[in-house]
Amino acid sequence: MKALVWHGTNDVRVERVPDPTILNGRDAIVKITSSAICGSDLHLLDGYIPTMQTGDILGHEFMGEVVEVGAENKKLKVGDRVVVPFTIACGGCFFCNRELWSLCDNSNPNAWMAEKLYGYTTSGLFGYSHLTGGFAGGQAQYARVPFADVGPLKIPDGIPDGQVLFLSDILPTGYMAAENCDIKPGDVIAVWGCGPVGQMAIRSAWLLGAERVVAIDSVPERLRMAKEMNRAEIINFERDDVFDRLKSITGGRGPDACIDAVGLEAHGATLDAYLDQAKAAAFLATDRPNALREAIFACRKGGTVSIPGVYGGFLDKIPFGAAFQKGLTFKMGQTHMMRYMKPLLDRIERGELDPSFVITHRLPIDQAATGYRMFRDKQDECIKVVLKPH
Amino acid sequence: MMSSAQNVAEVERWASALGGAGIALYGIRQGSAAGAMIAASGGILIARGATGYCPMYAATGVSTADTDTRVALRLGRGGHVEQAATINRSAAELYRYWRNFENLPRFMAHLVSVQQVDQRHSHWVAKAPAGRTVEWDAEIINEIPNELIGWRTVDRADVISAGSVRFTPAGPDRGTEVHLRLKYEPPGGRVGSAVAWMLGHDPRQIIQEDLRRFKQLMEAGEVPTTKGQPRGKQSILNYD
Repeated sequence: MKALVWHGTNDVRVERVPDPTILNGRDAIVKITSSAICGSDLHLLDGYIPTMQTGDILGHEFMGEVVEVGAENKKLKVGDRVVVPFTIACGGCFFCNRELWSLCDNSNPNAWMAEKLYGYTTSGLFGYSHLTGGFAGGQAQYARVPFADVGPLKIPDGIPDGQVLFLSDILPTGYMAAENCDIKPGDVIAVWGCGPVGQMAIRSAWLLGAERVVAIDSVPERLRMAKEMNRAEIINFERDDVFDRLKSITGGRGPDACIDAVGLEAHGATLDAYLDQAKAAAFLATDRPNALREAIFACRKGGTVSIPGVYGGFLDKIPFGAAFQKGLTFKMGQTHMMRYMKPLLDRIERGELDPSFVITHRLPIDQAATGYRMFRDKQDECIKVVLKPH
Repeated sequence: MMSSAQNVAEVERWASALGGAGIALYGIRQGSAAGAMIAASGGILIARGATGYCPMYAATGVSTADTDTRVALRLGRGGHVEQAATINRSAAELYRYWRNFENLPRFMAHLVSVQQVDQRHSHWVAKAPAGRTVEWDAEIINEIPNELIGWRTVDRADVISAGSVRFTPAGPDRGTEVHLRLKYEPPGGRVGSAVAWMLGHDPRQIIQEDLRRFKQLMEAGEVPTTKGQPRGKQSILNYD
């Protein structure tokens, strides 16, 4: 089959690899009909995530048709149309039983590696380094899905792929980010990053009853999308001082909750952002957290900082004093997918939600490498790329 | 000395010390090689009496002093490892699976097979260096249903390795703590050196991975893997 393969920083290629096979009883093989490139895939392209190996197949936002089912899998059958969540969960451990699906004890074959870096292992992920299991990803024509009787969500025929594909990651991720803000009537929510997750977070914040939503970015078409399609007030951080603007928008009090939908590769226009770039380049720090710093600083006293943006290692110069003195609440982590997929599918089916608005480009899988570059360099107003493997 | 290092009851300690002294004296009077051996074994009993600690009891989970499973193993030679995991199943379920020793090779990476001979005795086959195998017989020497299993090897009466596993409920809806302890003595001939080899340079890690597989089997019904999945062209710099 064809698959998008990682060969090193700035080097991904589509090549022919063997087809996947059933390896465990609860597995399923999915013939992929749509697969997206995620903002977090860019961290892999840019070499920010450790424990990648050449030959790794990327991709964790995919859906398709079940073509083979393992002997122990009693839930799926050949022909089922499914969206596959990016996290892999066993369904039987302490964490799965508490719906903390992304913290599953049993789905990372390289648990020891994660234990060395994080103390404990979290769940396996598709196509996202060996630290999270080294599972072959879904930017391919077929994928093997482990514990496929827990994660994949069956999708009725009749809904186009584009409307349900993002149930695999960015829609539940944006939704959980907003839910983590514990939105009360009258709340002002500020969202850093108007990429796909940021857009989903803005839309979810409205669904959960926010009074006002403020979106922060510097890319014109992303700000435009936030404003025109998602009714957010916008701040361009290259033109305005984010803190001053947020303060004036909120009458001096500050946003009730701040969402960092940027993560470890923030592009800022402030001095600390340039310092972060220099430090990361010199391996003095692994992550570039200036969106997070700004969110912590801008958040009102007693407010919440919700972090769907990915962080992987060590962060420098976090204003922890500000966080402590202001009594902030932090909520973060990989999304507990299976809590949100079904309820969000119901909303999509009822016509309350259509996340397909973020798609700007559809490409055949042969052009996946081009899609990565366009997405990273924001060429051609690229916001979200969907690959068609067949 | 912390009391947790004691696993022999007070009366038994006195009996050990006095009995040991008698045996030692008898051995010394013999004035022969056999006598020296007898004297030495008497010495062990004296030590057991003096310290309240029996290494054999410790490895196999026996304690007549108290019920603390964390009795330190501190034999001069050989080694011991202890690891724990919390598993989201009842103690009874875990005990039942483990008590059928024939299941052990499903999660203990270095075992090839275990055959149950009778209720107490079993025959173990393990991987050894250079693709060979090594075999031994083991007997269960301590057993509390749903709580504890203790075993040791029986090989020409030499005790080369011993182990115990204890299942302790972790609280309402919190699963069961599983504490695994293994003790082995490298000088015990072929079997001992094979055990030492299989535990490698980082026995804690190996036992931890064995326990992890046990947990995965019990909670998920299978061990997660990527072996055999497709991948693209690899660099020679890849480390796996």
